[in-house]
Amino acid sequence: MTIAENVNPAVSHKPASKLTMIEAINQSLRIEMERDERVVMLGEDIGRNGGVFRVTDGLQARFGERRVFDTPLAESGIIGTAIGLAINGLRPIPEIQFAGFMFVSFNQIVSQAARMRFRSGGMYTCPMVIRAPFGGGVRTPEMHSDSVEGVFLQTPGLKVVLPSNPYDAKGLLAAAIEDPDPVIFLENIKLYRSFKQEVPEERYVLPLGKAAVVQEGSDLTVFAYGAMVSVSLEAAKQVSQETGASIEVIDLRTMWPLDEETITASVEKTGRAVIVHEAPRAGGIGAEVTAIINENCLYSLLKPVARVTGYDTPFPSPQLEDLYLPTPRRVAWAIRETLED
Amino acid sequence: MDTLIETPALDSPYQILNHHGQLVGEPPNLTPEKLLSLHDAMWRTRMLSDKIVAMQRQGRAATFGPLVGQEAAAVGVGAPLKPQDWMAGSYREIGAYMAKGVRVQDFLDVYRGFPPPKGSNGNNCLPIQIVIGTQVLHAVGLAMAAKIKGDDAIAVGICGDGATSEGDVNEALNFAGVFKAPAIIVFTNNGWAISMPRSQQTSAPTLAARGIGFGVPSKLVDGNDILAVYKTTSEAAERARAGDGPTLIELLTYRMGAHTTADDPTRYRPKEELEYWKERDPISRFRKYLFDRNILDEKGEKLMTEAIETEINEAVEYVEKQPPLSPEAIFDITFEQPTPRLQRQRVVMRRELAEIAAKNEGKA
Repeated sequence: MTIAENVNPAVSHKPASKLTMIEAINQSLRIEMERDERVVMLGEDIGRNGGVFRVTDGLQARFGERRVFDTPLAESGIIGTAIGLAINGLRPIPEIQFAGFMFVSFNQIVSQAARMRFRSGGMYTCPMVIRAPFGGGVRTPEMHSDSVEGVFLQTPGLKVVLPSNPYDAKGLLAAAIEDPDPVIFLENIKLYRSFKQEVPEERYVLPLGKAAVVQEGSDLTVFAYGAMVSVSLEAAKQVSQETGASIEVIDLRTMWPLDEETITASVEKTGRAVIVHEAPRAGGIGAEVTAIINENCLYSLLKPVARVTGYDTPFPSPQLEDLYLPTPRRVAWAIRETLED
Repeated sequence: MDTLIETPALDSPYQILNHHGQLVGEPPNLTPEKLLSLHDAMWRTRMLSDKIVAMQRQGRAATFGPLVGQEAAAVGVGAPLKPQDWMAGSYREIGAYMAKGVRVQDFLDVYRGFPPPKGSNGNNCLPIQIVIGTQVLHAVGLAMAAKIKGDDAIAVGICGDGATSEGDVNEALNFAGVFKAPAIIVFTNNGWAISMPRSQQTSAPTLAARGIGFGVPSKLVDGNDILAVYKTTSEAAERARAGDGPTLIELLTYRMGAHTTADDPTRYRPKEELEYWKERDPISRFRKYLFDRNILDEKGEKLMTEAIETEINEAVEYVEKQPPLSPEAIFDITFEQPTPRLQRQRVVMRRELAEIAAKNEGKA
């Protein structure tokens, strides 16, 4: 098929429909596969079964087994062969069934895909999007919930994207697939079906490396991403109602490269910052955002930067996870403390 | 085909030319020119290896893994391939890479401690793999892509006996089989993984036998017999190109030298082994074959090696005359476009470079 056959301008002004994040990602995958025949998908149970969460539902039926194919159960094999597919001119989208299983393919991601451009002096590149669901709060078995994004801050050559809503998921995924470098695209399981949002039917692209100001404010900035955006909004609402404080909430959206400009501009304005993520605290996104604030606008700060994160323990078993994940309560504590003079 | 690749012979490797240089099988149909080019390629491989070792001893090259003894295993795999074919190997495969078209000077750069210069042609050979075994999956992926796109290309993944213990190599065999990838997977069994003998990598009698478990036809081949390696690889390539899927080839050879310039094999390797393999040297065996058939003589071989020596020396002279690559290059090859942060880090490096330059100027 050609690009022209599959992009019909007549559909581009259809009204937006309400979609879950799963539906938005599925739609984005379909659109990208239609417009670029180099895009192929591989992974465990993604074909006939449409993925364990149905993210890839209907795509094999539509595009055939040549472009959407199930693989043997081997994460390193999935990423390792995707590297070969990418070098040889395709745009693979490998799925790792749960981000917690990515460690099995760590060498292939970190030492191979991320640095193929570098170690070949730019001769060979690995444009690919590694998709993986993750995140707590849905009672998955052990090792299914772990947040891995922080690990990839120490992996030069990779980009890391983590959407918080269906609209962003669709546009960020389009950007990730277009990107000439490997991108890790992390999908929060709890957000998959928790709410619907207006998503335009036509293709649109949200640039990587750009945060979004979800709610403007002047007294304090909360930086969050993924499922923690709504947790932060709820906490901000509570504290605003109690104190009248004007709280800015920023969705980081891309974990790497971080949008330093937006982070700095906001803290220069508000002078107070709280960072929220469900990943463990040590060496995570919160630490990096704190360092960015320290380097760029320390003297704008009126109070120390606060972090509300998962604890520095392994992600606990399902019955214990609710107290591990940051809650509106814990975020509100941090906001109140940071607002105090 | 009398050498149809079906099941590995567990007892004796496939051989065309025995170690006395006598024909014991049907040789591939090659012109005298082609035969001479194989001999030339084996000499170039050995002489480049010796040259880089010498340069390392003089501080002109970084750590290097010599490959003397494995010339037939390397050249015989690379020579039958076409320009559009892909290759993913490890550090002892430079002979195979050269047979695929990679230039002497490209290796010299790498072993002098530089990244490959931007824009250089890789001849569809991936960078020499360091995390051994990993590259075999890349080869299978390259082959799968060729099949998906309908290209007339195949991919060859090469690893050593040690790497066969890695999960990735086994996943590669499995993926190759499942997707009927147009791939050749080569196990260059040189007997040793640094200090670990092949017998301690697996209790299986051969590595080729592993093909059975993955449903991949495989063959055990005398890796010091250039004719057997060439013919087997050619047949495997034909199979792959015809859509018949992957082939596993185990090449029995021997690492005559150390693991690397930083290794001392006398600590772990019995002397008698070296004597045994010296008699099975790939070059002297093929040399006898060529001499017996009047395809080459002493004088011709002398001219051949002299020409190679000149070529290598000229390549060394050329690369050593090149201005050193700017360290700033690292910021340009991490991503396609450097991130804002990388741009700022580049400024830091420039400042340091300027300070070093000023200091050196002061000294002068």
